[in-house]
Amino acid sequence: MKSTNLSKNPVTIVQPVKGFNALDLKELFQYRELLWVFIWREIKVRYKQTILGASWAVIQPFVTMVIFSIFFGRIVNVSSDDIPYPIFSYAALLPWTFFTNSLRLGSNSLITNSTLITKVYFPRLVLPASIVISGLLDFCISFIVLLGMMLFYGIYPGLEIFFFPLFLFQVVVVTLGAGIWLSALNVQYRDVRYVVPFLTQVWLFITPVIYPTSLLSGPMRVLYSLNPMVGVIEGFRWTLLGSIASGKIIFGMSALTSLILLASGLLYFRQVEKDFADVV
Amino acid sequence: MSNLAVRVEKISKQYKITQRERYKTLRDTLTNLSSTFITKIHKSYRNSNGHSNIDDDTIWALKDISFDVHDGEILGIIGRNGAGKSTLLKILSRITFPDAGRVEIYGRVGSLLEVGSGFHPELTGRENIYLNGAVLGMKRSEIDEKFDEIVIFSGVERFLDMPVKRYSSGMHVRLAFAVAAHLDTEILLLDEVLSVGDIGFQKKSLSKMENVVSAGRTVFFVSHNMAAVQSLCSRVIWLDNGKVVTDGPPEEVVSLYLKSSISNQTEQVWNDFSEAPGTDNVRLRRVAVCPEGETASDVITIRTPLVIEFEFWNLDEEHYLDLSIVITNEQGVTAFVSFPLNDTLWENPFPRGLFRSCCYIPGDLLNTGIHRITLRFVRNNRFLIYHMKDALTFEVLDSPERRRGWYGKIAGAVHPALKWTTMKLDE
Repeated sequence: MKSTNLSKNPVTIVQPVKGFNALDLKELFQYRELLWVFIWREIKVRYKQTILGASWAVIQPFVTMVIFSIFFGRIVNVSSDDIPYPIFSYAALLPWTFFTNSLRLGSNSLITNSTLITKVYFPRLVLPASIVISGLLDFCISFIVLLGMMLFYGIYPGLEIFFFPLFLFQVVVVTLGAGIWLSALNVQYRDVRYVVPFLTQVWLFITPVIYPTSLLSGPMRVLYSLNPMVGVIEGFRWTLLGSIASGKIIFGMSALTSLILLASGLLYFRQVEKDFADVV
Repeated sequence: MSNLAVRVEKISKQYKITQRERYKTLRDTLTNLSSTFITKIHKSYRNSNGHSNIDDDTIWALKDISFDVHDGEILGIIGRNGAGKSTLLKILSRITFPDAGRVEIYGRVGSLLEVGSGFHPELTGRENIYLNGAVLGMKRSEIDEKFDEIVIFSGVERFLDMPVKRYSSGMHVRLAFAVAAHLDTEILLLDEVLSVGDIGFQKKSLSKMENVVSAGRTVFFVSHNMAAVQSLCSRVIWLDNGKVVTDGPPEEVVSLYLKSSISNQTEQVWNDFSEAPGTDNVRLRRVAVCPEGETASDVITIRTPLVIEFEFWNLDEEHYLDLSIVITNEQGVTAFVSFPLNDTLWENPFPRGLFRSCCYIPGDLLNTGIHRITLRFVRNNRFLIYHMKDALTFEVLDSPERRRGWYGKIAGAVHPALKWTTMKLDE
């Protein structure tokens, strides 16, 4: 006799994963509590057993800003579009530090949690996502310093400030995209560990952190804005410091590449996710 | 018939055996390159001849496994290491996916695969309870509700606000088990969970597991502890090389498995002195266990009186010598230890020469099952000079005469026939 199944319990089907895997938003939503727990863990753990604790979140961009101001602002005399160089570079270092720190931690997130991945099921996306989101706390702390600097230099944003959330959203999108790509690649190819520091170093030079976009012109500038971080930093300077907006093309291009980066990252992640436990 | 809990349909899982992690030299890489090239040509040649392309460097962790499990069943999964037990649990918990086949799972699955992997060393015990609970799929409210219970069960109350990296490994494991044991899912996967902690904690875990089992949940229980499997499970599957060998009642499957994995070794003889096991002080010539008055090949039942015989050379005459035997049963429990008492040779420094010692075990003493004998030679009451683990293995079979109508497993390391008297007291 075949048994009937009248059980109210949810049914899960486990079968070979073939072909294309769409992003399972419903499942991600079901695991939102785990995402919060991982974010909470990340925040709790990040500065454990350090003397300076959360002030590291400020020290990093602040010291970099001081060094940049001395070398590039004073000695090399890099143009800063008539904005005082310290605040010009600090406004860029905020999203930049968030980006690089998240990449550094995020690219390792699947490896450092390999014991979890091989023992318990949950959507693996939760791991890199929790790193990126928890980085926002550091971002907020260092943002307070920017507010102080704005007061100090007497720079007050205009109506552009209403666009700021858009660029904040964009930096999260870019960071998530790159973080997801690198974390998934890292499972298979441990070369990523060596690539990330190198990548962020090179990326710094093709991003207007030290210098303004106005140094470039014409077609070079369009090509340049394929870098999604260009739009982010230009947006930060425009909305917070009131620098001259670099134009719709730059913002549009880099917004597009940001979304492409995230979408392709999610796609790639979903395709290789099923093998993580066997490979990691 | 009760509801279906899990249906496993023809699942197979293949693993590639690669040498990715091996250190390679340039020369290795080059030779590998050329050999890969040759294999490729060879393979395409084979394929063109109509042979299937079977990769030699893959193994089937599971091959065509099918079975149904119903609500409330406690399914034991046994088998050698590498038989596919853990792969099966990993598929059921969706950590990895099968290459073929399909599994239907009705209900939430909770797993206790190697407890404590969700702990973060920098967080306190309290924080880790929440972290690990969430990782295992518990809601925050569920954890809140069970928090006190978990803490009391783990016995680490005093260290709750200490980072777990400062915990002893025992505390670590106890806390982890406590969290996992309070999971409230319809289906529970347990992989060797009873091998944690000290004996006291193991007892507690076992009784917790008995509670879980009696609560009517569906449990998959992987273990090498046959006693636990027999006492907890309602059904057992024996896996070997990724296939189901037998599926049935625990007693039956476990005894088949044990018979296949342990061969009786009731006699060992070494005629050549130079190859005999031992040391410069003592050397064995023969060990045997047999029914009293018969030969080593005869059947041993629970009623049979046994003789264990040892023949050995003593090469050293200055010292006191002591011989002892340890009899352990199939659960690894020591039934008893015995050494020669009231046997005058052993009470003085032991003379040089070839000797035979016999130890008589009365009938109606040992319980049924496989027993192993470990042999020890001790010098001057103090120094272990030679020891031979599992020198002999024999199985004590059941005898219906002692059963009185009860056919379950009779617990206990020994099952002696003792004297009883009962009388009527009132008139």
